[in-house]
Amino acid sequence: MYVTPQESDHLPGLPEYVKIVEVGPRDGLQNETVIVPTDIKIEFINQLSQTGLSVIEVTSFVSSKWVPQMADHAEVMKGIHRYPGIRYPVLTPNLQGFHRAVAAGATEISVFGAASESFCKKNINCSIEESMGKFEDVIKSARQMNIPARGYVSCALGCPYEGSITPQKVTEQVSKRLYSMGCYEISLGDTTGVGTPGSMKRMLERVMKEIPPAALAVHCHDTYGQALANILTALQPWVSWCVFQMGITVVDSAVSGLGGCPYAKGASGNVATEDLIYMLNGLGLNTGVNLYKVMEAGDFICKAVNKTTNSKVAQASFKP
Amino acid sequence: MAGVRRVLPRRLVGLASLRAAQCQTVGMRLRQTRSLNSFMLLPETSSKHIGCALKEITTAVLKQKIAEVSTLSMGTFPKQVKIVEVGPRDGLQNEKNVVPTPVKIKLIDMLSEAGLPVIEATSFVSPKWVPQMADHTEVLKGIQKFPGISYPVLTPNMKGFEAAVAAGAKEVSVFGAASELFSKKNINCSIEESFHRMGEVLQAAQAAGIPVRGYVSCVLGCPYEGKISPAKVAEVAKKLYSMGCYEISLGDTIGVGTPGLMKDMLSAVTREVPVAAVAVHCHDTYGQALANTLMALQMGVSVVDSSVAGLGGCPYAQGASGNLATEDLVYMLTGLGIHTGVNFQKLLEAGDFICQVLNRKNGSKVAQASCKL
Repeated sequence: MYVTPQESDHLPGLPEYVKIVEVGPRDGLQNETVIVPTDIKIEFINQLSQTGLSVIEVTSFVSSKWVPQMADHAEVMKGIHRYPGIRYPVLTPNLQGFHRAVAAGATEISVFGAASESFCKKNINCSIEESMGKFEDVIKSARQMNIPARGYVSCALGCPYEGSITPQKVTEQVSKRLYSMGCYEISLGDTTGVGTPGSMKRMLERVMKEIPPAALAVHCHDTYGQALANILTALQPWVSWCVFQMGITVVDSAVSGLGGCPYAKGASGNVATEDLIYMLNGLGLNTGVNLYKVMEAGDFICKAVNKTTNSKVAQASFKP
Repeated sequence: MAGVRRVLPRRLVGLASLRAAQCQTVGMRLRQTRSLNSFMLLPETSSKHIGCALKEITTAVLKQKIAEVSTLSMGTFPKQVKIVEVGPRDGLQNEKNVVPTPVKIKLIDMLSEAGLPVIEATSFVSPKWVPQMADHTEVLKGIQKFPGISYPVLTPNMKGFEAAVAAGAKEVSVFGAASELFSKKNINCSIEESFHRMGEVLQAAQAAGIPVRGYVSCVLGCPYEGKISPAKVAEVAKKLYSMGCYEISLGDTIGVGTPGLMKDMLSAVTREVPVAAVAVHCHDTYGQALANTLMALQMGVSVVDSSVAGLGGCPYAQGASGNLATEDLVYMLTGLGIHTGVNFQKLLEAGDFICQVLNRKNGSKVAQASCKL
């Protein structure tokens, strides 16, 4: 039996409901050294679909030359069972990827910006400005086809090459632009997990001057063990200049804390969905997700990639 | 009416949870600002309410509401935090492998060099119960005592206290629990009986001029009783404080707590014990330790217990992790601009050293990220 955390009284100012965006099958598996067979990926996503998660990022329509782990994107997209009420976004870095995604049946897409020039160059081989041009094409095409687009902003709290990144840059150069192009939600990513609650708050304060909190998400990596503390910060309201500011209500996570960190050998990756749910449940927040079923899916995929779970909740309490 | 409205300052901050009744009482209403999900508190415009609103703006109701939000708003961190390093005691006590005495001494010396202001050295408990701490006397005598650093030791009873003093202890700790069942299973007596035992130690310690720190276990949950009420925790903490403990360390012994529970518990405790005398001791069994510690800091707590490399398992959950890792804590505090006095590099070295000896993976994520493979 899994442990249900004791609920506290609902903390004033916290949202009633938090939407979890499960990125394990994409962000998680993309950063695992073991390449998972297509049928296992499909089974994994099908299991996740039965946990109550409402958004599951399936795959990435990126060139297999760059990300071999996602080479089977079309087969996975076509092979999964699409449950009604659940969204299955896919990454589409450019128009080519977008068209392939649509041909494979995608009904929601994501684009990936970065708040750091060096990271942008190294990651997608172009400048931030050039990447905005590419994304504009994708988002325009998506809008024409009534396909919602989500925007990611990498390095929102720091860059492995440039070090610290200003909240101003995160807002003006990337987030605001993606939002004005038509992304319905902007996921702010602490890509290398270097952020701490203070930097998270400063960044959000700035971004929220331009983008309403309801259109924001946080995507925290747990490379330095800071993810849950950063997420707690992002959820909380604050008082500033006679204005009461609500926190965010959408959080990205990966079951079992899948994914390593390509910039810090041996380091952990995404925040574990199980540990996130445990905290949110304890805070009295509704997520709609069944923790035990998530642990089951986590157990399944960890056996497939031959690793122990990174979720502390699963380590402490999961009994298959 | 418009003229009167201009005179009234636009004040403060409304809470989404501010009940309508209270709004009416103070003649205020909430208005959503243009940027969604933020609110401003505005006075009612009718003349009937203006006089009332003027008075009410400055009432305790609003101050209380601001205070409520303020504990959740991030501007209220302490400027410095004292870290109590419990790795050599709480950490090693829960490790499977028994560590040789010279290794323990070296670990503590390395932690001293890292600048930790308080390092819990060992436990004067019977080796029958805790074989990992059987060498308590040799360890306490063998370590270098750096000036300005405290080396408290656990003393569960008078026998342990006398042995500790004979070995040179200058500070001791006593252990209570907020759960009857846990108290019975852990130290074989009721909470009331444990107060009596601790009372003896406290009396002797006071006579000898030795400061005593009090621990309270199971503050956010018990492996036997489950839910633990904040009122019970406050009662035990108050008792220990009134008996003479200079500081009360509130332990989430099995790591089941989450930030809301931490807040509720601390609200209750700090009504009885001044917050400056409160510490938190979070276990990371369910990955919640740092988030819980963050909430404690927001509540004004400025003393945090942690364990280098996240040493220690959890005897109540096989395979689970133990204490909050000191490295990960220092990383967060440094990022928040909070002073700790700790030399991070030396701390990492101490963690690396003990993990090599124990032949175990470092429990600190910062250490894992920093390791060069």
